[in-house]
Amino acid sequence: MSEPPGRTRLTVTLTVNGSRQVADVEAGTTLLGHLRDGLGLTAANHGCDTTSCGACTVLLDGRSVKSCTVLAAQADGREVVTAEGLAADDRPHPVQESFREHHALQCGYCTPGMVLAAVSLLREQPDAGEREVRCGLRGNLCRCTGYHNIIRAVLAVAARGGPDSAVKGDRDADGLRAGSEHRLS
Amino acid sequence: MSFAYHRAESLAEALAVLAEHPGRVTPLAGGQSLLPDLRAGRTRAEVLLDIGRVPELSFVEDRGDHIAIGAATRHHELAASGLLAARLPALRAAAAAIGDPQVRHMGTIGGSLAYADPAADLAVAALALDARVVLDGPGGRRVLPFEGFARARGSTVIAPGELLVEVRVPAPAVPAAWSYRKFSRDALEWAVVAVLAVAGETTRVALSGMGPTVVRAGETEAALARGDGAEASAALADAGTAPPDDVRASGGYRRHLARVLTRRALEEIGVETAGRGVAP
Ligand SMILES: Cc1cc2nc3c(=O)[nH]c(=O)nc-3n(C[C@H](O)[C@H](O)[C@H](O)COP(=O)(O)OP(=O)(O)OC[C@H]3O[C@@H](n4cnc5c(N)ncnc54)[C@H](O)[C@@H]3O)c2cc1C
Ligand code: FES
Ligand code: FES
Repeated sequence: MSEPPGRTRLTVTLTVNGSRQVADVEAGTTLLGHLRDGLGLTAANHGCDTTSCGACTVLLDGRSVKSCTVLAAQADGREVVTAEGLAADDRPHPVQESFREHHALQCGYCTPGMVLAAVSLLREQPDAGEREVRCGLRGNLCRCTGYHNIIRAVLAVAARGGPDSAVKGDRDADGLRAGSEHRLS
Repeated sequence: MSFAYHRAESLAEALAVLAEHPGRVTPLAGGQSLLPDLRAGRTRAEVLLDIGRVPELSFVEDRGDHIAIGAATRHHELAASGLLAARLPALRAAAAAIGDPQVRHMGTIGGSLAYADPAADLAVAALALDARVVLDGPGGRRVLPFEGFARARGSTVIAPGELLVEVRVPAPAVPAAWSYRKFSRDALEWAVVAVLAVAGETTRVALSGMGPTVVRAGETEAALARGDGAEASAALADAGTAPPDDVRASGGYRRHLARVLTRRALEEIGVETAGRGVAP
């Protein structure tokens, strides 16, 4: 009988923060490991490594994912954005700026993941209210701030019309409005 | 994690690879359960066959009397689907209740049902909504009721070499009244217990977190069919179940949750508290 297809080492091509990156990786290499150890991009943090804390959140084709639980191979041919790639022309992204304005970080460990989760959330729901923001960031833990200033920072961006007013898209993606349907009060 | 990886570009390719090497190839859909399990050493794989980007497995389609959903359709796509919002709002709500946005952006309906966790949101929805699953493999296509698909936690009737390709959910022209009640801790979103009640000629009530698989609350359904009210029917919600004592809750607490959540769900879909002919 023939051997099944598949390789233990493979070539992965990603567009990371706008630039094309080709590399050989082990099949089991996570996207997080590849970004940090392969490409030297250390903004995405290695927190729990069990899909619980969100510190490793990056955007994959524009949507938040926990990069400790995505294989680099799964991201082959796709676009990845890390916190290093959010600023444009040396100006912080509006969500980054709002985090600074609202003092939404202390130690900063959760911040890169939190900011990217917020960018993804606001693209899906530019008009998110407090409930949507709280539910939309439930995959991201913060040990320091108690969350209040993070919520304020994200709501301030929503009040100004979303993370990048050019990007609209799936406004119905309201995992969260539905969250209110199923939650017990 | 030591394994080989291969990405299938088409359904035909995925089925051929699986059929030729049954038992040696493990499908990888969103990876949101499989990768943590591999990482923690709870499971092993020789070759991961990535079906996450097979175009024929990603769709939500109106087929008149039912909605068909491709197995690799992401939870997020279901939560954002206008078609589901209009025709199957209960299924949409169950998808939207899963985990967090990051998990919903990767995880798929096929992966969730195949993983057969008795606390899964889409599993309890598939059971309450009387879904069918379509399997394809060396023996050809077969269409089975979702009820009976899961045999135990983590175990289904999917045969070696077979792939879950589609989920079919009956969709009446006007959606039936429904209520989904999920009780969970805030940060870790798996249900402790959840109930989905769907009104109809026979009202269906399904529970998660009450045994090795999602289950129907059979005694409650029978009581409702007799005309009993929400209170009396819901008091039977845990009858015949075997809820586990585990890290999330004790079995006794789960029984309590099942009864309370079921009463609230039944009242929400319009079942009177005291029922026909019973003095209030
Ligand atoms: C932090 C976190 C929170 C979560 N919270 C919830 C929650 O609240 N509710 C909930 O329901 N789920 C929850 N999940 C699980 C989530 O829904 C997963 O997406 C789901 O269990 C698996 O889907 P997947 O596509 O990621 O499958 P994978 O992880 O890729 O695969 C899971 C299993 O199914 C098999 N498989 C996958 N697709 C097929 C197919 N088409 N045919 C045959 N076999 C297949 C795989 O071989 C594997 O054994 C959570 C997960 C995480 C990490
Ligand atoms: S490191 Fe990925 S979720 Fe914690
Ligand atoms: S600022 Fe320290 S963990 Fe959030």
